Amino acid sequence: MAIHADNSHASRMETGRDTAYQMPDANGHFGPYGGMFVAETLMYPLEELLKAYETCMADPQFQAELDADLRDYVGRPSPLYHAERWSRELGGAQIYLKREDLNHTGAHKVNNTIGQALLAKRMGKTRIIAETGAGQHGVATATVAARLGLECIVYMGEVDVARQEANVYRMRLLGAEVVSVKSGSRTLKDAMNEAMRDWVTNVDDTFYIIGTVAGPHPYPMLVRDFQAVIGREARAQMLERTGRLPDALVACVGGGSNALGLFHPFIGDEGVAIYGVEAAGDGLETGRHAAPLSAGRPGVLHGNRTYLMEDDDGQIMETHSISAGLDYPGVGPEHSWLKDSGRATYDAVTDDEALAAFHHLTRTEGIIPALESSHALAYAHTLAATMRPDQSVLVNLSGRGDKDMHTVAHHDGLVL
Amino acid sequence: MSRIAARFSQLADRGRTALIPFVTAGDPNPDVTVPLMHAMVAAGADLIELGVPFSDPMADGPVIQRATERALAQGVSLSRVLEMVRDFRVQDQETPVVLMGYLNPIEVMGYTAFSEQASAAGVDGALIVDLPPEEGHDLIAMMRDCGLDLVNLIAPTSNPGRIARIGQVASGFVYYVSIKGVTGAAHLDVSTIADKVGQIRERIQLPVGVGFGIRDAETAAQVAKVADAVIVGSAIVGRIESLAETPERIPETIAGFLGDLRAAVDAADGVGHGSTSD
Repeated sequence: MAIHADNSHASRMETGRDTAYQMPDANGHFGPYGGMFVAETLMYPLEELLKAYETCMADPQFQAELDADLRDYVGRPSPLYHAERWSRELGGAQIYLKREDLNHTGAHKVNNTIGQALLAKRMGKTRIIAETGAGQHGVATATVAARLGLECIVYMGEVDVARQEANVYRMRLLGAEVVSVKSGSRTLKDAMNEAMRDWVTNVDDTFYIIGTVAGPHPYPMLVRDFQAVIGREARAQMLERTGRLPDALVACVGGGSNALGLFHPFIGDEGVAIYGVEAAGDGLETGRHAAPLSAGRPGVLHGNRTYLMEDDDGQIMETHSISAGLDYPGVGPEHSWLKDSGRATYDAVTDDEALAAFHHLTRTEGIIPALESSHALAYAHTLAATMRPDQSVLVNLSGRGDKDMHTVAHHDGLVL
Repeated sequence: MSRIAARFSQLADRGRTALIPFVTAGDPNPDVTVPLMHAMVAAGADLIELGVPFSDPMADGPVIQRATERALAQGVSLSRVLEMVRDFRVQDQETPVVLMGYLNPIEVMGYTAFSEQASAAGVDGALIVDLPPEEGHDLIAMMRDCGLDLVNLIAPTSNPGRIARIGQVASGFVYYVSIKGVTGAAHLDVSTIADKVGQIRERIQLPVGVGFGIRDAETAAQVAKVADAVIVGSAIVGRIESLAETPERIPETIAGFLGDLRAAVDAADGVGHGSTSD
């Protein structure tokens, strides 16, 4: 059914796209998850977006333009780095890092914004809106909007504006208007509510660039497809470097776009174990976390059915994570499906464990990771230690840690 | 015949447009809601839309968002809203009540439990903002089994194909959202509304209500000329907000405002004032 790892030339050339795994279905469902749970006003624009997306994906010229941008503007392919010192010290599996932190703007987010902005241009939209948590997606959106000369409005929760000042300034430098959202819990979910309200109001000329594999169909699919370049490259790089596929993949999961980008091309590779790592915040037992797959249950939010953090009345709960990019009560619907189907395993890592991994990678390999990615690193550390040195673990280093200097310093009792 | 169908047919016989006020259940506190509902009926409301508070009201503007936050601060859940309807029904078995809200509280309660409990409480229908017909089959079937109508929204962006598809599943009445935007947004254009309502009538046999952006007697009268029902939400909720510190004054004040709307709608219909339940 699937493409298996072997050393034949043909296999090395494969993209890893699984022929048996066809998700979502025509209506945007991943089993019971996903779908289009939006107000009627948005149904037509979503249909329009799906049509434009399908047309573009079948258009070699669009693909060529996208590939050229990913190469010349983003800097792809991103390197695969063997963290030798860390692996040696640990004495377990060999750890490889997919260096999405080296992309233009410092994270994987730009893979998706480049794609969606090209789509917006094709559709003749002149105004771009986006939601952002940590600010990475906002910066990546403001960046592509600046380059294409499009008006850009970024919605960001007031709490996140305060903890990610540097990214707010970057967005403003790039010409975006940053709107501080003061409703609800004043974080990422509220920024997304406000972006949806803007879209419903300005639907004629506005393109909404959603930053993760969530939202109504077709967003979870199209964001995944734009991010799948991560996994396609990494798969080929692992085969090239080690002659075989990795034994395990590890990525952090907030909404889950960097994770799905890495995982998707490997879904048909049965020998590759897949681990998604959520934010356990102060610890799952405290209730102060952002781990819907680990400790939530299914519900409907932001246009799709997925695992959520919600109370017994169906109200969405406030979340907590030291990492603003993981501080979201939902998760992409395809992750919910991968969890239920057993293809992927989801676990959670606390703030303290992520911080320890942050410091450890910085000191051991000279790479300062984003706090989001540090969750994946912490999990990989534990996982690799249980494995043999001839095995390998591929971790998505989804972003760099420059944006987190103030947060880490504050946690360590320093003021920068 | 359902209470909603009975009410619209009664109104049609008399050549009158329905007046439908919306209030958020439990705003500014749960004790206000039932007396407020009775006061609105006395002032000429033909049907009541009761908002079910949800933490993430994506289709609502700031006025109804704040009402939602006030109600949630009082712990008003979907079950509590059903209790309010049950209390309302003690005195009023005539006026239809439609719940308006988002899907997740219903998902968590369960489609069967919701349909049975809502029906038992005396609810007549529900309008679920984030449930387009494509996703609604299971809930629609369950609600229908319990005698509840699922009221669908139609938007300015709904093309003829979508309107027809909505017509296949809608019951009770359909709600035309008169503007692209969130609740309480400004400026409706009556001539475009008339065009769209005409398109809807060609494809759907149910009464057509129009809401979003009706803020005073004048706009209510304009809309009454083209629609079967005039739905007023944010203009009422905004008045409730200004009285949040003196909740005892809310029923009387809102009744006064609705009375003005009723008179304007009746004048537009060319009929005199009169209660439908007389």
